[in-house]
Amino acid sequence: MSLNLDRNSKWMEGSGPQADIVISSRVRLARNLQGLPFPNLMNQAQEVQLIRQVGQAILAPGVFQSVGELKLLNLRELAPVERQILVEKHLISPDLAEGKGEKAVILRDDEAISIMVNEEDHLRLQCLLPALMLHEAWRLADAVDDALENELDFAFDQEKGYLTACPTNVGTGLRASTMLHLPALVLTKQAGQVLAALTKVGVAVRGLYGEGTEAQGNIFQVSNQITLGRSEEEIINNLSVVTVRLADQEREARELLRKQNRWQLEDRVGRAYGILANARILSSQEALQLLSDIRLGVEMKILRGIDQRLINQLMVRIQPAYLQFAAGKEMTPFERDVHRAAKVRELLAG
Amino acid sequence: MLCERCQERPASVHVTRIINGNKTEVYLCQECAREMQPQLNFSIPKFLAGLLDYDPGLELKAPPAIERCRQCGLSYEEFHQTGRLGCPECYHHLAARLDPLIRRLQGSSQHRGKVPRRAGGNLRVRREIEKLRGQLQQLVEQEEFEKAAQVRDRIRELESRLGEQGGGQ
Repeated sequence: MSLNLDRNSKWMEGSGPQADIVISSRVRLARNLQGLPFPNLMNQAQEVQLIRQVGQAILAPGVFQSVGELKLLNLRELAPVERQILVEKHLISPDLAEGKGEKAVILRDDEAISIMVNEEDHLRLQCLLPALMLHEAWRLADAVDDALENELDFAFDQEKGYLTACPTNVGTGLRASTMLHLPALVLTKQAGQVLAALTKVGVAVRGLYGEGTEAQGNIFQVSNQITLGRSEEEIINNLSVVTVRLADQEREARELLRKQNRWQLEDRVGRAYGILANARILSSQEALQLLSDIRLGVEMKILRGIDQRLINQLMVRIQPAYLQFAAGKEMTPFERDVHRAAKVRELLAG
Repeated sequence: MLCERCQERPASVHVTRIINGNKTEVYLCQECAREMQPQLNFSIPKFLAGLLDYDPGLELKAPPAIERCRQCGLSYEEFHQTGRLGCPECYHHLAARLDPLIRRLQGSSQHRGKVPRRAGGNLRVRREIEKLRGQLQQLVEQEEFEKAAQVRDRIRELESRLGEQGGGQ
């Protein structure tokens, strides 16, 4: 299978429940096969064998009937820049892209389903949908899991549930997360306080690219911490409720800004648009901050004629690997900043 | 010597108890000894647990045995360094040290989520029985005896299926 890097992922659509604040919803299931060591102790022969076995499993008629066609890609066959693009689209983790050894990713055409093979666990099955669609993402992940379970023997213990390489995932193996755009909470200096409260209800907060990353462009990722002792539905429900509450808080802060600082707010959005539409040099950090400002403008209907889909697309296409892929060459950081500004002008002009 | 408890029958049982280092000795008759049985109950697991807490100084001299997973050979110390287990069997072989950690991390030690159809063994059936028992109780309370009988039959059927598979676990 060749990789269609130009296509947009399902999650980038920008429409659905709470789409004015929630960018995307993700459900991830960790699964391992019985009788094999976990990836950190596997030898090359075992890695190859696992990829072959999983590659066979996705060809089963039951899998096709239940979730459609899935295709396997060996990461070895991809150029580093292509792997990095998969990271920038949130389809694989940086660990999978950079890790040594035999690794693979399985994708559905719309990129709503991606399965990492030989990451921390044998399989990391992910479903990624736009806006707040955690329940839909869970139902899809559940269906993929059921279909694969017909073909593969998953390591499961009656007491501890699905067995995973790290005990922080044991049980359901489920990590659900939502990506939220919270600029008004940041502007009104409430973000720290609100997000700190989340840890008390078992919800972790991270930046845009997952564990250990900072919140760039006012985008935060919230996810469940506990995977054992609760059912999948309970975990999904809990995170949905938390996400809706966060969105409500953000909306309140936005209305406050509109009431008290209307001109400053509209000025900020307008200026951001002006810079993005005209700049000749744009660093990644500056671009993400300005994109957050115009996203806020779009979400609050201050800025018309642009939709969230375009902003999501921009957010992905200005990442380093995407720029280098589009240019067809490796670039220095300065060259990238020039190309980034050109790309933004091009996409904003439609 | 007369029984120290009833002061009537001759004492024929000599009981020595050591509680928190205090030694007490009593001489009882057969009957009184039997009546006092619950207090004198000797429990092997409790006794063994007591031994583990009691350190006679010998254990310090012997080097601590390194526990390893019998499947992949990973030790708990190695896990501690990387945070990654070696294989699914580690959960079983390193349970003594892993289980408290899991309880601390997860606040629970019993999976309540999805059960895979094939690898789940009889857990799916047991979950179903649990659910039906709840229904049965409700139906009885509502005096829906006909429906209750149907549910009871279904439970029996599932239980007999469990029995054929070799019982509980």
